[in-house]
Amino acid sequence: MAEFLIANIAPLMFGAMVLLLLLGYPVAFSLAACGVIFGLLGVELGLLQATLFQALPERIWGVMANDTLLAIPFFTLMGLILERSGMAEDLLDTIGQLFGPIRGGLAFAVIFVGAMLAATTGVVAASVISMGLISLPIMMRYGYDRRIASGVIAASGTLAQIIPPSLVLIVMADQLGKSVGDMYKGAFIPGFVLTGLYAGFIVLLAIFRPKWVPALPAEARTIREGDGSAGLRSLGLLTVLSVGAAMVFAHYRPDDTPTDELIVTAMSVGVGFAFVLAVLNKALRLNLLSRMAERVTFVLIPPLGLIFLVLGTIFLGVATPTEGGAMGATGALLMAMARRRLDFKLLGQAMETTAKLTAFVVFILVGARVFSLTFYGVDGHKWVEHLLLDLPGGQMGFLIVTNILVFVLAFFLDFFELAFIIVPLLGPVADKLGIDLIWFGVLLGVNMQTSFMHPPFGFSLFFLRSVAPAEVKTTEIYWGAIPFVVIQLIMVALVITFPQLVTAGLDKRDAVDIDQVQIVVPEMEDSGNPYADIKPGGSEPPPDDPAAAFKR
Amino acid sequence: MQVLLGISARIDRMTTFIGKNVMWLVLAAVLVSSINAIVRKAFNMSSNAFLEMQWYLFSAVFLLCAPYALLKNEHVRIDVISGRFSIRSRVWMELVGTLLFLLPIACVVLYFSWHVFLVALHSGEVSPNDGGLVLWPARLLVPVGFALLILQGLSQAVKCIAFLRGMGADPLRKEQKPTAEEELAEAIRQQRLHQGA
Repeated sequence: MAEFLIANIAPLMFGAMVLLLLLGYPVAFSLAACGVIFGLLGVELGLLQATLFQALPERIWGVMANDTLLAIPFFTLMGLILERSGMAEDLLDTIGQLFGPIRGGLAFAVIFVGAMLAATTGVVAASVISMGLISLPIMMRYGYDRRIASGVIAASGTLAQIIPPSLVLIVMADQLGKSVGDMYKGAFIPGFVLTGLYAGFIVLLAIFRPKWVPALPAEARTIREGDGSAGLRSLGLLTVLSVGAAMVFAHYRPDDTPTDELIVTAMSVGVGFAFVLAVLNKALRLNLLSRMAERVTFVLIPPLGLIFLVLGTIFLGVATPTEGGAMGATGALLMAMARRRLDFKLLGQAMETTAKLTAFVVFILVGARVFSLTFYGVDGHKWVEHLLLDLPGGQMGFLIVTNILVFVLAFFLDFFELAFIIVPLLGPVADKLGIDLIWFGVLLGVNMQTSFMHPPFGFSLFFLRSVAPAEVKTTEIYWGAIPFVVIQLIMVALVITFPQLVTAGLDKRDAVDIDQVQIVVPEMEDSGNPYADIKPGGSEPPPDDPAAAFKR
Repeated sequence: MQVLLGISARIDRMTTFIGKNVMWLVLAAVLVSSINAIVRKAFNMSSNAFLEMQWYLFSAVFLLCAPYALLKNEHVRIDVISGRFSIRSRVWMELVGTLLFLLPIACVVLYFSWHVFLVALHSGEVSPNDGGLVLWPARLLVPVGFALLILQGLSQAVKCIAFLRGMGADPLRKEQKPTAEEELAEAIRQQRLHQGA
């Protein structure tokens, strides 16, 4: 009996964990209990030393002194404040009116706004609810196919999961032991390609099924000039001028400016130019700009400003991702106050939600760390490694199997559970197979995004159902999501086939003269962490066995 | 039983009081972090004490709010299977989980982390970083957080027993308050009505 236990303790422990989790008691405590029970068993069997448990406080300490995880409450708070600031509603209204009169226009507006919200902070629930309440009724009124309308909304909401800054990428970076900044850079192109694929699907529909995505009649536009024209020429001119300003600015920058810095600063100049023109026009009553041009400029400024504040400062190396989150939260608070959308009650609610979310997320990690202390102690990681390294097909076999595994598990587990329990087991094996961990992380991120939209459990569908008008049938929401799940799988395949999608964003920086980078952004060196001298409290299981000292 | 329920209600009030106050430290952490980033960029000054203060605050939030999250039944569960059970069997499960999982591990952590705290206190342990903070208050957060978790776990257990004996409400039921998502939806609807009018 004892021999059987000793030989098979790792698989037994894994199986026991699955059973304990299925009992339905909070994951954090079940995981920790599994770790402690098997720790005792290991001591009893002579596999581990009794001093094992003395390492517990250090395991928790590692979670506390972790600069990366601090971004979780920051971005959560930012999202909660932002969703009540009215920004999403203004964007949907205006962009919807702008694009509406072309075929598929409302759907494009939803995708565009979805990507934009995703790049500010991105809370799936909030995006889906705003779109479901504002865009869905308009789409239905003008005869959109209900499946397509609900599918595009549910899918665009989930873009928040993959377009930086997203919590998924932060946690993934932490668990894989990579810098959040690199994870963001790696996810940038895939995020945009995915947005493009959604839009491409709508283009196809507009060509082959025009009745499903009709154009709005011109009179549906309420933002118009006194003479009844839409004022698009003025908007076009303003766009050309701002792009011109940005390009002139970019042209006169030193040649050796890093690409990401160039893009960020040039875009800010272009946007700032349009904003100044619009403000002058309004203040001096010049009437040079049409109402549409003015509205579009004013609704785009808040999200673009926040994107600059968060992503811009992170990419420029001014702030760490954690500080980017804090600045974003401060920016969102200021914006909500300026719009008089923030009162004490709302602030309190946001604090409470943030605190509870932080507590339960971090506790899952604490539980997972207690579990892994024993699991590594009994060589569980070697068992997992053995299983996965034996897969046929090397890298490709591993990637395909893990992606199918994660896809299936995502039906039952929520993202944080997957990230804290499964990813630390897969990461070291991927590394051994020579897989770039940033690529692997982004790949899993795209994969897990699917879990938000596959019927019938996808959160996004659930939130859309809760706000969609009664005449939209639940089955229509489910059917609508399916093409987008397929697009998602295509995207997974694309990222596997073309790792450049991820690594291109990273390579550019390496191509730049390193000395130059260090002068401009001394903080960025390799970790993206300006406090490299501070003891890093990364919570990823160290490649070495944390329980090595306790083995017999 | 009534005495126990009285104690349980007191624990719940204390947990709520702590949770409702500690949650504001999130705002403090946001401000400290933003100011720190701006000051560093603008005046080229960086202080490790400020950086460490951020994660002090973060630790305080998750350790001291965890009991509150337990009270509000916010800790994530996997309910694909248990969701099909009757309420009674789920409460039984909850009682077993509290007694066999939560309380023992919380006691183990409390025991060892208290020891670590005492060592830090007596040795006057200071963070190894330049200008870093004294570490014992942060070390103290762990045993305090887990002690509160034990108390809240006991309170949950009492409520489970009371329910099973037909003397109390279902401890697993979430409050009937609208969720954050429902409130957001309501706010947008209200605003639409205003615009339409």
